[in-house]
Amino acid sequence: MKSEFTPPIGKILQISGKCISLIGNDIDTDRIIPARFLKCVNFDALGKSVFEDDRKTLKGRHPLDLEDNKNASILIVNSNFGCGSSREHAPQALMRWGIKAIIGESFAEIFYSNCIAIGIPCFTLPKKLIQDIQSYIDKKSLSLEIDLKNSLAKSKDFNFCLEIKESSRKMFLSGEWDATATLLENSKLVERKSKELPYIKFGYDF
Amino acid sequence: MSKDTLFDKVWDLHKVSSLPGGSDQVFIGLHLIHEVTSPQAFGALKDKNLKVKFPNRTVATVDHIVPTDNQSRPFKDNLAEQMIETLEKNCLQHKIRFFNIGSGNQGIVHVVAPELGLTQPGMTIACGDSHTSTHGAFGSIAFGIGTSQVRDVLATQTIAMNKLKVRQIWCENKLSHGVFAKDLVLHIINKLGVKAGVGFAYEFAGPAINALSMEERMTICNMSIEGGARCGYINPDEKTFSYIKNKLCAPKNDDWDKALSWWKSLKSDENSIFDDLIKFDASKVEPTVTWGITPGQSVGINQQIPLLEKLSPNDQFVAKEAYEYMGFKPGQSIKNTPVDVCFIGSCTNGRISDLRVAAKVLKDKKVSKTVKAFVVPGSEKVAAEAKQEGLDKIFKKSGFQWREPGCSMCLAMNSDKLIGNQVSASSSNRNFKGRQGSPTGRTLLMSPAMVAAAAIKGKVSDVREFINK
Repeated sequence: MKSEFTPPIGKILQISGKCISLIGNDIDTDRIIPARFLKCVNFDALGKSVFEDDRKTLKGRHPLDLEDNKNASILIVNSNFGCGSSREHAPQALMRWGIKAIIGESFAEIFYSNCIAIGIPCFTLPKKLIQDIQSYIDKKSLSLEIDLKNSLAKSKDFNFCLEIKESSRKMFLSGEWDATATLLENSKLVERKSKELPYIKFGYDF
Repeated sequence: MSKDTLFDKVWDLHKVSSLPGGSDQVFIGLHLIHEVTSPQAFGALKDKNLKVKFPNRTVATVDHIVPTDNQSRPFKDNLAEQMIETLEKNCLQHKIRFFNIGSGNQGIVHVVAPELGLTQPGMTIACGDSHTSTHGAFGSIAFGIGTSQVRDVLATQTIAMNKLKVRQIWCENKLSHGVFAKDLVLHIINKLGVKAGVGFAYEFAGPAINALSMEERMTICNMSIEGGARCGYINPDEKTFSYIKNKLCAPKNDDWDKALSWWKSLKSDENSIFDDLIKFDASKVEPTVTWGITPGQSVGINQQIPLLEKLSPNDQFVAKEAYEYMGFKPGQSIKNTPVDVCFIGSCTNGRISDLRVAAKVLKDKKVSKTVKAFVVPGSEKVAAEAKQEGLDKIFKKSGFQWREPGCSMCLAMNSDKLIGNQVSASSSNRNFKGRQGSPTGRTLLMSPAMVAAAAIKGKVSDVREFINK
């Protein structure tokens, strides 16, 4: 885990870093950050506990514990990554460990939107391509330079196109992935909407 | 693209604007918060110098970290105490209604909101918890959000979200005797897979769904997320309306009449268009038990744990991991698997009807000496109602421990945990590795009635042998 952590801010146009491969389908957020670490009122200390139980089981052989992966920042995963609990603690823990982007076959929905909301782009690639990248990483080190504008990943040996939801890509390019400011801009429309909704008038009789 | 479904109607009604990126800004009618996923959101408001925009549209309770043995304050666990104190402070400061322990209305957030009448048809409901899909049972559009989105809802009462597609899951016929909503939803997830629902809202419909009680419908919608669908819902009907009537926060007098006529207009049109449609025959569903490490890995009670070659190539990967973690052999029967711990509770199956059906199985029976069994009511109201009916006595007499309300061993954030590689028969929703508090603990998901049967025999059993027609 890196000692200094600075959260991303503003436009995210480019991410470069070393890839780390984590093989497995349906890796859930309980595994990414076990529930006992959710007993906290901020996210600061989560980085060191990411995948705690899986890492303990593998006694130093977990990808996150290998010396070679110490400075990795692009996570390569398989299908349905981040399923289960909505805990944002999961991507927060990954981010605090050092992950800046994730490339996978597919992502669970709430995990995906949590990643976008905290500035971690998640890209998808077909199953076969993910597996090829993972076996490449198994043998050689892979560093990527990801260009969000063109959804392109470049490495020393090869380049490839990445897929990302258009709405997410635009948000990273404009810096609007941190949605609060954008949502606040429509304050008047929100007020109007609240008056239009039939049930708001019923009120709650506490 | 779906058209004229309940989902479309509610989404369109709540849409505030189209955002530049292509997602929608959606108004959240009811925001539920708890102690685990809200503190960082309040922290972010403070950092950004923002206020809670509509404090009366957010309601809080405490559930994940509460102890179920001794709830006197301060809690023995300092971190848990710090979390409840933070929630108390935030609610006080921002004038948010908080149903604390001892209020008579505390409990698991997804049990509490419906029993207070907060959950109503046609609303959008969000909560920093994936099982928010539960509220869809009332014809609301309800989904789990992360902490950054909790912040957004507090600050703006809206979130940015892409509109979901809609898949109708039509359930023909009726569940047979001894088969429950939990079995049906486990069966559906097994057939469709745990990621089939990504990008979809699930509309559950058909005669088998119409025949379910409101609490059974909540069990179905609760587990939508285990099939990958962030949102699951059922069109409201007379059962929905009569469940809500006279609840504490239900509309009263003239408002009730207005609400009712609006609610009656809220359902998917007969010729509405779905993005996908799948049919199930509910009468074919058996009592169902999970054998693996995802809620999709389940079999009927009389079936065997599948052989690797019988599974699709996509499922084989996780199946191998599951055999090893669970210590099961492919082809082995699930029936008669010894269990160490039996847990009845959770937002999936911790309601009064769940306790009633389990108590019916346990009446005049004894829990096996090899089993530790405990029941955690979903809320203070559920506990009070159960006591009034004498269910607590039946549980205690049989050998079950009777606990205080909370999430408990569903996710084991309090001291209720498996030890070592114990096997639990659990009425909860997730059998992930380490989910119930031990990194090597093993979970078999099933209906509360099946948990009761497992507790008596000390092993996985067919509850139909215990209940008469």
